[in-house]
Amino acid sequence: MKDNAIIQVNNLKKHYNDGTLKALDGVSLEIDKGEVVVIIGPSGSGKSTLLRSLNLLETPTSGEILVDGVDITDARVNINEHRQKMGMVFQHFNLFQNMTVLRNMTIAPMKLGGKSKEEAEKKAMELLRTVGLEDRADAYPSQLSGGQKQRIAIVRALCMEPEILLFDEPTSALDPEMVGEVLDVMKSLAKEGMTMAVVTHEMGFAREVANRVVFMDAGCIVEENTPEEIFEHPKSERLQNFLAKVL
Amino acid sequence: MSEWWNNLQSQFVMNFIVDDRWKLLIQGLGNTLLITVFALLIGVVLGTFVAMVRSTYDKNGEDMKKRNKGGFIVLSILNFICKIYLTVIRGTPVVVQLMITYFIIFASSTNGITVAVFAFGINSGAYVAEIIRGGIMSIDEGQFEAGRSLGFSYAQTMIYVIIPQVFKAVLPTLCNEFIALIKETSVAGYVGIRDLTKSGDIIRGRTYSPYMPLLAVAAIYLVLVIILENLLGRVERSLRKNER
Repeated sequence: MKDNAIIQVNNLKKHYNDGTLKALDGVSLEIDKGEVVVIIGPSGSGKSTLLRSLNLLETPTSGEILVDGVDITDARVNINEHRQKMGMVFQHFNLFQNMTVLRNMTIAPMKLGGKSKEEAEKKAMELLRTVGLEDRADAYPSQLSGGQKQRIAIVRALCMEPEILLFDEPTSALDPEMVGEVLDVMKSLAKEGMTMAVVTHEMGFAREVANRVVFMDAGCIVEENTPEEIFEHPKSERLQNFLAKVL
Repeated sequence: MSEWWNNLQSQFVMNFIVDDRWKLLIQGLGNTLLITVFALLIGVVLGTFVAMVRSTYDKNGEDMKKRNKGGFIVLSILNFICKIYLTVIRGTPVVVQLMITYFIIFASSTNGITVAVFAFGINSGAYVAEIIRGGIMSIDEGQFEAGRSLGFSYAQTMIYVIIPQVFKAVLPTLCNEFIALIKETSVAGYVGIRDLTKSGDIIRGRTYSPYMPLLAVAAIYLVLVIILENLLGRVERSLRKNER
């Protein structure tokens, strides 16, 4: 394992129905500190399964996931501690419906991070300001637009000061006019040096922000390269076909 | 008209005033409330526990199998017992359960009220369990995942995120179960407990006049239910207010 790798995935497999359905069929991947890795591919290619395996929301059938050198698939590892360092942003936001925006953001730092209410709220308000939503601190999720919800979801994950952020199709459930505001937040995070793994259909974002683009199909990584190479000189036929459809 | 009125008056006096018969109704009402309230407590505690076991087994069983073998075995056994409990209790009439509890299980006990509390509590628990389990299962899986992704354990996610939402979601259905329970206790007379219904029937037996005592009993149940509906409606509204 390289020194600066945060996550290293070795030969990861996820099988359903006794192996007849292979969501992941031997995936190996490395994510370095400060890197933005964008995972693209047709639906059903296993890209969300891969991302969700990284914090074990999906339990892999076999293979290794080394986070800071520790194999988190090992049953003896306390996965809850690892998840505190790995923020996740979901397609459907998944803000806690029964809490205000501020409570959504402070509950984990207070209950898990050992922070006082004042500390947690101060930090939360700072983060809300960076996404321009400080005036919605006392609102409930049902009172927010999709774009607002997703921006809150991103800063909620940031409240735990994670080492890496996982994005699972963060703009797929948004109205078109709200996609931009969420991507802007993600871009500025990338610029600040946040390590990010992003599953998305936003090819423009991949091209502009990614350090590396991973193309998946049928549970395997087919191609992995810089955005220029992936988009300008796709090597495999499957990637060429895919790009022809989406671009 | 005045003859009808006089008749009504004498009926009233005979059924409620003579021999202080109204006291029977009050005493009966007291017993009904006593049985209902404590059965409700047992039902909610038992039901919540059973719902937790069942939904944890369904939602978190796979994970526990891998990471906590011992815990998983205990959970499996509890889940099996809970399933039998639900099947038996929901598969037999509450009157039969009450009589079995009174005449067989607690045959040596002379405290009918306690036995009734126990029987109705255990009965109600089965229904409450399924109501709460339904509530837990109806919460979007994403709420669980968001909790877990922040680093909360299964139990913490349940306590901070899921249960408050479940409580709000199932309140109307729980209210329905409470109302059903109040009225179900009217079969307590089968084992000689003087609840509200039995008291009305005792008066009827003494005065040979069915109308007044039975209508009075019905009216009292109705008022109880209306009060309960009102109370829970208020709780429900105050819970919803902070979301809109």
